[in-house]
Amino acid sequence: MDALELARWQFAITTVYHFIFVPLTIGLAPIVAGMQTAWVVTKKDHWLRLTKFFGKLLLINFALGVVTGIWQEFQFGMAWSEYSRFVGDVFGAPLAMEALAAFFVESVFLGVWIFGWDRVSKKVHLASIWLFALATSLSAFFILAANSWMQHPVGTVYNPETGRAEMESIWAVLTNNTLLAAFPHTITAAFLTAGTFVTGIATWWMVRLVRTKVPENVEKARTVYRPAILVGVWVMIFAGIGVGLSGDVQGKLMYEQQPGKMSSAEALCEGTESAEFSILAIGPLQAGCEDVNHVLSVPGLTSYLGTGHFSGEESYLPGVYDVQREYTERYGDLTVDGEPVTYTPPLAVTYWSFRLMIGLAAFSVALAAAALWFTRKGRVSDNVWLSRLGLLAIPMPFLACSFGWIFTEVGRQPWVVAPNPTGIDQVRLLTDRGVSTAVPPGVILTSMIVLTLVYAVLAVVWFRLMHRYAIEGVPDVARDESPEAQDPDETDRPLSFAY
Amino acid sequence: MDLAILWFVLIAVLWTGYLVLEGFDFGVGMLLSILPRGDKEHREKERRVLVNTIGPVWDGNEVWLLTAGGATFAAFPEWYATMFSGFYIPLLIILLGLVARGVAFEYRGKIADAAWARRCDWAIQFGSWVPAVMWGVAFGNLVRGLALDDAHQYVGGFWALLNPFALVGGLTTTVLFLLHGAVFVALKTDGDVRERSARLASGLAVVALVVAGGWAIWAQLAFSVAWTWVAVLVAAGALVGVVVATRARREGWAFTLSAVTIVAAVVLIFGSMYPDVIPGLDGGNSLTVAEASSTDYTLTIMSWVAVVLTPLVLLYQGWTYWVFRRRLSTKDIPAPAGLTWQKIKDAAF
Ligand code: HDD
Ligand code: HEM
Ligand code: HEM
Repeated sequence: MDALELARWQFAITTVYHFIFVPLTIGLAPIVAGMQTAWVVTKKDHWLRLTKFFGKLLLINFALGVVTGIWQEFQFGMAWSEYSRFVGDVFGAPLAMEALAAFFVESVFLGVWIFGWDRVSKKVHLASIWLFALATSLSAFFILAANSWMQHPVGTVYNPETGRAEMESIWAVLTNNTLLAAFPHTITAAFLTAGTFVTGIATWWMVRLVRTKVPENVEKARTVYRPAILVGVWVMIFAGIGVGLSGDVQGKLMYEQQPGKMSSAEALCEGTESAEFSILAIGPLQAGCEDVNHVLSVPGLTSYLGTGHFSGEESYLPGVYDVQREYTERYGDLTVDGEPVTYTPPLAVTYWSFRLMIGLAAFSVALAAAALWFTRKGRVSDNVWLSRLGLLAIPMPFLACSFGWIFTEVGRQPWVVAPNPTGIDQVRLLTDRGVSTAVPPGVILTSMIVLTLVYAVLAVVWFRLMHRYAIEGVPDVARDESPEAQDPDETDRPLSFAY
Repeated sequence: MDLAILWFVLIAVLWTGYLVLEGFDFGVGMLLSILPRGDKEHREKERRVLVNTIGPVWDGNEVWLLTAGGATFAAFPEWYATMFSGFYIPLLIILLGLVARGVAFEYRGKIADAAWARRCDWAIQFGSWVPAVMWGVAFGNLVRGLALDDAHQYVGGFWALLNPFALVGGLTTTVLFLLHGAVFVALKTDGDVRERSARLASGLAVVALVVAGGWAIWAQLAFSVAWTWVAVLVAAGALVGVVVATRARREGWAFTLSAVTIVAAVVLIFGSMYPDVIPGLDGGNSLTVAEASSTDYTLTIMSWVAVVLTPLVLLYQGWTYWVFRRRLSTKDIPAPAGLTWQKIKDAAF
């Protein structure tokens, strides 16, 4: 493999890995903050216990989000230096803003939250977790601004003298319509992930306790886990609607901005009106689109996703071949190495990742519906199928998020900075020109192997800790440790929290 | 003033923030097996005291690095591209250290088991020693100059980075951070640990005077400009001050002065590099501040962002140091709160 291929694999592995932890942090932080708010407002003890329980899981998860993020920021310069030279004027700004505006708030106030239970007043402590939660979303906004610019460069001109992209308007970059759709989509996907996580764990616990038939246990299921289930379910419902609505907007933008992504996601060869949405296709998708057999399709739906029209002239969508023809005319037909360029992304990957992203949400829908039903009117349930569904659903939104990214990024190929068809389309870069030229393939191979191994070990540790702390369940008692609740005479008590 | 020059200074400021702050938590990490004394149980308690002195703040300190990296990317794309691809292997090693350390801090207490805690301690020590050395090696090379071709790509290969000057640079940062950490521990703890680390610090200050002084003079004679002699003198004065202050048990002063030493070192490094962001080896194909910088528009935007946000960051980060100002001792450390290893193992998959 050459440096390019290795750098791509390395990027894909490390980024997808980083994004396992990210959605849970983004979604769970405000949920925990909400639980703590409920405790401070209602003074009901079970909210404090839930805060401690999910807060611990949040921290275990957050640690890996942080350590895998550092590499993300380094690798643009290390493995993609030519890309960095080309885009730095525009792309670096949101990255720097993310660190200054979001990462500092995140890390500093999380520190106050973890160690500050007995050091700062209840209100300041509560404010800390909210600031932390807001900062995680803010960091998502900035990094998505950077990513959306690569999908759809705006506010930028190309300087032929330096051969670099130059920023003209930061406002345009931060209000990129791609960003305004991708941000709510990613955040709601994160909430869906966290909502499913909370509901999944809480239903499993509820069923487990109710099945013991011991009155105290049933009582605990009712007073502690049932509220948690409802929190998770309502988060899932709102987030699920948000994911669908924002995804729909993204589909329409994609049709304008990256027609190749849409047509290959639909395995649509020739342009057509009233394009159908293929639910299942068979045939060798890798080979291209000739032999694809759409076995199960919904008429007109793809056209609707892309254009807002089911049929008629306005529902016309270009096919893979049309895009190839048009882009070859505009951008030439050879790569740096003189090989022919394919202007459509790998068909099989885009086709299936799109379907899996959407399809895996079915588990969350099923869990939300079942959990609502079984906990209706104050009930608790001992249905094992419910708890099995809860556990089964937990990993699904994580996978859906990964497939969403794989779709977005692989679908952008062969571009790393896709040309903006309605803007200044000189700002564009093929992926193969972005890779570092000064780094030998062996070095990239080494780092890829080392990182993959280290990440694999960390994944095992993370999983075991999450798993075991989830099984430990909500603590039976949680003391109010705030300075307000303490005896002022007792000055040398040990720290309420220490590593 | 020329915005590119302003940003060169700001990048130096960000690195200063990073090295001063993470400098002491590297130091604390390095001392994890050196300072604690007594029987097994007591040593573990003292190690927990050490870890907890930096527990609430280490992540915020590390963000200075991310900001320095991000700001270099935004303000000097060519610098970021050449330096990060040129230093691929050292940065990878630093990264592995930072990963090991971060995970170990957060997970150490999650399992109440002596062997687990020891394993995490090794990770913390690996993650503190290795970056401490490597940052010095990296900056040493920036002072000395890198072999660049005419497209400003680094062409020297990995082994050329391990030249004697850079290696002594690595030794210098290591000693400075070790000192900075020892002074910090003396400032933040009470009881035996405080005494021991104060004693260690005053010895380390003398070692630092020799090592860092030697490296600085070498840098001055071989690679630097006249005005940075000021930085060398300030650093030397500050180190003498550290000795005096630690002997007098004035830990606040000692800490301030060891921070001044690190600031002076950064001034020396960036002063020597200017007007290049990466001097070419023996003056060939240097990448200059002007060549590497972004457009005026980007720099203007970034200046506003920095002017508004940096003071705010300093304010609330400073506030957390105040919140957690209390000295810690073994009395403050509660019983381990993690689950037992047996429980973790028993979890059926
Ligand atoms: C949609 C959200 C999102 C996306 C697409 C990314 N990240 Fe991320 N990142 C976060 C959302 C996030 C977060 C929620 O803010 C994290 C996760 C857990 C955490 O600690 O903060 C984080 C942590 C995190 C950190 C550590 C911050 C710290 O020390 O506190 C860095 C340096 C990065 N990220 C950098 C990146 C880069 C360069 C990315 C692009 C390739 C990237 N992240 C993708
Ligand atoms: C701001 C955020 C992001 C930026 C700047 C970015 C940038 C890039 C770059 C430079 C590449 C290399 C080109 C290539 O290998 O094809 C790439 C590829 C890739 N990225 Fe992203 N990415 C971002 C976020 C993400 C996230 C969050 C994920 C998923 C979790 C992701 C998934 C991928 C994948 C799977 C590839 C490989 C595609 C392929 O090799 O065909 N990206 N991205
Ligand atoms: C109704 C269902 C959905 C639709 C119509 C939809 C649509 C889309 C589209 C069109 C994109 C690509 C945007 C681009 O390439 O520019 C995308 C990306 C993405 N999707 Fe979905 N999606 C849906 C459900 C989900 C679900 C359930 C999740 C996860 C829980 C999810 C997570 C993501 C993520 C993380 C990305 C990449 C980030 C981004 O570009 O916003 N999506 N989605």
